[in-house]
Amino acid sequence: MATTLTINGQERSFDAPPEMPLLWVLRDILGLTGTKFGCGMAQCGACTVHVDGKPVRSCVLPVGNLQSRTITTIEGIGATPVGAGVQKAWLDLEVVQCGYCQSGQIMSAAALLASTPDPDDSDIDAAMAGNICRCGTYVRIRAAIKQAAATQKS
Amino acid sequence: MVVRAGIVRVFIGAVIVGAIVALGAVWYVRGPDPLAFTGGKSVALADYKDGDPTGVPTSMRQASLLERGRYLTEAADCGVCHTAPGGKEYAGGFAFKMPFGTMYSTNITPDKETGIGKYTDQEFLDAMHRGIRRDGARLYPAMPYTSYAYITDADALAIKAYLFSLASVRAVPPENTLMFPFNQRWAMAFWSLVFNRDTRFRPDPSQSLKWNRGAYLAEALAHCGECHTPRNIGFALNNREKFAGAPVGGWRAFNISPDKATGLGGWSDEDIASYLSLGHAPGHGTASGAMGEAVDHSFSKMTQADIEAMVAFVRSVPPSTTPDFALRSAPAPASHKDGVAANLLGKKIFEGACASCHGWTGESAVSPFATLTGSAAINDPSATNVAQIVIGGTRRLTPARALSMPSFGHVLSDDEIAAVSNYVTARFGAKGSSLTARDVANMRAQVSD
Amino acid sequence: MTITAEVPEISRRRILGGALATGLVLAFHLPLGAARPPQTKDPAAGKFAPNAYIRIDESDQITLIMPQVEMGQGIYTGVATILAEELDADLTQVVLQHAPPEEKLYANPSFGIQATGGSTSVRAFWTPLRKAGAAARAMLIKAAADQWQVAPASCSAALGTVLHIESGRRLRYGELVDPASKLSAPSDIPLKDPKNFVLIGKPLKRLDTPDKVNGKVIYGIDAMMPGLKFATLAQCPVFGGKVADVEDHAAMQIPGVRQIVVLDDLVAVIADDTWTAKRGLEALKITWNEGKNANVSSKDIWDHLRAASEIEGVVAKSVGDVADALHLGETYEASYEMPFLAHATMEPLNCTVHVTPSFCNVWVGTQIIARAQSVAARAAGLPEDKVTIHQHLLGGGFGRRLEVDMIATAVRIGSKVDGPVKITWMREEDIQHDIYRPVYRDTISARLSGDKVIAFKYRVAGSSVIARWLPPAVQQGIDNDAVDSAADTPYDIPNFQVEYVRVEPPAVPTGFWRGVGPNNNVFAIESFMDELARKANKDPIAFRRDMLGKTPRIQHVLDLVAEKSNWGQPLPRRVGRGVSVQPTFNTSIATVVEAEVDSGGDVYIRQVTLAVDCGLAINPDTVVAQIEGGMIFGLTAALYGEITLEKGRVQQSNFHDYRVLRIDQIPKIDIHLVKSGEAPGGIGEASVIGGPPALRNAIYAATGVALRRLPIDRGLIAEKKSWL
Repeated sequence: MATTLTINGQERSFDAPPEMPLLWVLRDILGLTGTKFGCGMAQCGACTVHVDGKPVRSCVLPVGNLQSRTITTIEGIGATPVGAGVQKAWLDLEVVQCGYCQSGQIMSAAALLASTPDPDDSDIDAAMAGNICRCGTYVRIRAAIKQAAATQKS
Repeated sequence: MVVRAGIVRVFIGAVIVGAIVALGAVWYVRGPDPLAFTGGKSVALADYKDGDPTGVPTSMRQASLLERGRYLTEAADCGVCHTAPGGKEYAGGFAFKMPFGTMYSTNITPDKETGIGKYTDQEFLDAMHRGIRRDGARLYPAMPYTSYAYITDADALAIKAYLFSLASVRAVPPENTLMFPFNQRWAMAFWSLVFNRDTRFRPDPSQSLKWNRGAYLAEALAHCGECHTPRNIGFALNNREKFAGAPVGGWRAFNISPDKATGLGGWSDEDIASYLSLGHAPGHGTASGAMGEAVDHSFSKMTQADIEAMVAFVRSVPPSTTPDFALRSAPAPASHKDGVAANLLGKKIFEGACASCHGWTGESAVSPFATLTGSAAINDPSATNVAQIVIGGTRRLTPARALSMPSFGHVLSDDEIAAVSNYVTARFGAKGSSLTARDVANMRAQVSD
Repeated sequence: MTITAEVPEISRRRILGGALATGLVLAFHLPLGAARPPQTKDPAAGKFAPNAYIRIDESDQITLIMPQVEMGQGIYTGVATILAEELDADLTQVVLQHAPPEEKLYANPSFGIQATGGSTSVRAFWTPLRKAGAAARAMLIKAAADQWQVAPASCSAALGTVLHIESGRRLRYGELVDPASKLSAPSDIPLKDPKNFVLIGKPLKRLDTPDKVNGKVIYGIDAMMPGLKFATLAQCPVFGGKVADVEDHAAMQIPGVRQIVVLDDLVAVIADDTWTAKRGLEALKITWNEGKNANVSSKDIWDHLRAASEIEGVVAKSVGDVADALHLGETYEASYEMPFLAHATMEPLNCTVHVTPSFCNVWVGTQIIARAQSVAARAAGLPEDKVTIHQHLLGGGFGRRLEVDMIATAVRIGSKVDGPVKITWMREEDIQHDIYRPVYRDTISARLSGDKVIAFKYRVAGSSVIARWLPPAVQQGIDNDAVDSAADTPYDIPNFQVEYVRVEPPAVPTGFWRGVGPNNNVFAIESFMDELARKANKDPIAFRRDMLGKTPRIQHVLDLVAEKSNWGQPLPRRVGRGVSVQPTFNTSIATVVEAEVDSGGDVYIRQVTLAVDCGLAINPDTVVAQIEGGMIFGLTAALYGEITLEKGRVQQSNFHDYRVLRIDQIPKIDIHLVKSGEAPGGIGEASVIGGPPALRNAIYAATGVALRRLPIDRGLIAEKKSWL
């Protein structure tokens, strides 16, 4: 089925069955490999993208459910002020280890800060607990979100 | 002597009175038949003039015997109970766990040694209508022969023809592990005598063909009441509370009577039809457990006209109220901070394992199948189905975009399952549950792994 | 600074080449092994010497061919820092390039093979890299001094430039490549005094991070190329089983499914995208010949191990006379058990291959590239020089990518496919066909004299990973990994013996898992020390401290952690503190975990405090990051990690039933690094080990329940309610 979606501000057309999860459209058809496959069942968060600004697990999101919505991936999040702020905090605090989960972590964090500019610990828990990191960078993820929030405010 | 004769008379009198009382009690317990609620007269099928409510849909009347048999077999949902998880289709071995032991379904492939390959037509009808096995032994009513008794001989034999066209599978189910007295099969003869009316479907001339078709499908084939109608002390259906909802196999079959507040009274016809054919209706949640399987293997295979006929029928039964049930159809607040306050353990599990799909509002951003708002399970203050879904997950095969849920039973403790069930019923339902770890352990014991 | 990988054509990444393809180079190698190639300069061809480790070109770029792989541990930055330090270069001048498979050149000195594992990278490359950097710097200074006709001693170097101090003249390294390359390499150049380090010991920014926050980084799973097809596979769910029959009619009807590859032990579906391949796989009806393991369950494996652990093993270490000493009085005994564990790297197993009759290309992230090449060559039936391995950054390794099964499997599938194909293991396949951390059973007998341990007999029973992975390393039946941190215990016990019983579990393949042997030994020994301390009626830290007189670095971190963790301060009910010490990977760590237990048996970790002496920290921020992450990795396993078998099948399959700690469960982790000038120790694995025994001891302190098996049995804690 021919579909057109706005991804990172660009219209992208592709041919895929409506039940195909967005993740595989992004990775295998459009070559946007920054969004990662981790579990395929919305348990790890590695595939998180934004749909109309909200964080969604693309591994379980049928592309046919999207219609005309706007998608942002890790490749495009740096174009938003919040996304750029999160990326900078991630670099400043050296959050990353292997990095495989970090696309999803950054997308979840950017969505959190867009809706909750000054998150407390429980807000961070609620927004980020769906994102697994096997390297265990959680301590720095929390610190980086707080730093990005502080920078955003000033 | 006089005294003795008097004692004998009193004794005989007592026996007679006792027998009358007992018969009366039996008659009372037996209750009305499943279609008695209409109060209308029924006629023999041949005497019903508006058309034939039995058989396959009109559009399939010209189809081959095997195709018709397949439709009817699926409509009767034989496959779900006669297939073990991960096993060969129709080869049996599915476990029914009950407080008094476990029963296993039989192999109904045409294998001559271990299946039904040697059954004659009459033997097959005896099993379907009367619960009598080829060797004369009695079937337990886990096989819904009191419902199947309504199936016409022609339809039953079409089912047989279809089953006999399947590949033979050599498979013997495990032995039942029923405790005394439930392991006494012969006693089922008395049970049948009381509870199996053994009458074929009789249309109601005062009702439309559509209604009668729906009645035939719902009562004879789909056997809705076997789960949704409460059982009496004899383990038979209590049709005084038809479709009022009942516990079944560690789950809860909800009230599907037209009661406005606690049944399907608030659902549109389209909602019910969608729920049956897709396993989902907007604002009413998603079928899971045995109902999910019934959708995948049975209802989703039926024609739209048949689905609509069943809707018409289900809407016509008298409403029954479920006392502890209230429905909330508004989403939960968007912020995790609003709504349920306590229950940190439940919240932690929800935010890690559940929120990604179900969202904090209960309205899924991923799929309507994952939306919790308005579902009966989330509004059930016993949280029975919620806990079972957390334990066992859901596995939906239809439609193509349906979303399944993984099972958490092997990793979450009973305490954690209770906590997350209490959290989600409180957050998304009308009234939170108060399950304990012990309740969860009991629920686990009632289902197969 | 840039890291270049050999990356596919469609990548946006700059490929090493253009800027360096002309001009002169000064090339060095690292003096790692016997097969030392000559110093190479090849200006005529304008190409680089392929066997060089370090090259400097006229544009001032310093290229380090990186033999160790980056899987999150920060080794790229660490190694570049060591080199730049002795070379007096600016870190931004250094470009890293993944080393090709070439065991002779790039073998890890710790193993003799080209592998990244065992927390050896910094330890193994520390001295060779410094020597190479210092030699290069000396040559560059000499070349400049010659040009200025001054004494080399009158010159200095900094930030990639040689300076004549008196005259203020300067020459960039790039300008000195030609004359320097004509000089012979000096020997015995003195290394820098650590107090003059300008890079080492500073929390420098990691070099691999920028591309990891914007989606540009390319892992093996991201390899893309024209004509690429996508595949996924099903191996027999029972270990060792074979394919009996495949009914593929329905699968082939799915649009986009191109091919079904049936091999003796697996089935793969090749399609236009991974999801279609997965759908195709689900539509197959595969019948398996499950073979001899069809009925193996966890119970069988434990019965087998428990029985085997009763017999005496090979003695790996013996001090005094333990048998005699144990006979003299009352002894205490306990056994500890460790489960199978999966690695569950965030990047699921994957491998992209293009196999033709004349060549085989492999795109993968591997911890063991030379072995990857040889296994691919064997699977493809080609000589090794026809196999090209394109190395990638790893989305987690943890030991899983020290194995090459995924590469052999991919090449076997790819041999049947026309054109390149990317094979992605679904998470379920990744977890159910892992090569698992072995089950272990450790039996300890000890005798106390007053509050001192005077006899200690420790027997490890479990699989020998080394015997399969590096057979020559097993000497006299002793697997040094299996007894690591036991045979070299820091405790001074007069009668001490360590035995090893090799027990291979039925059915289940076993391999290295981050922290390796010491995970098991430190857990058992540190758990038992707490039980002994209670018998001796002594505080667990004081009890240990008295036996650590011969290992002052460990004694020091123990004192430090006692102070920093408020050890001995009162705690609320149901809360306890537990301690552990460890001598692992040349790094001394003492850990205190503070944990709370509730009536349901659930465990909440409130605080972790560590004192760590890892010698000189090349990058202290990376060291801290590794400690934080390793702690969470270890505690995840302690709380939840267990792979079980039923009917020959692994029962866990994905993150819903192979649970990992999430951000909302993470305690405060308070890390105290000891300033040290000692040679660097390992940290990537050492950090995993101390958390589990300290947590177990905290639960022991809070409840009195002596857990003797991992993962922590919350049901058992709830059941023994006497502590409530």
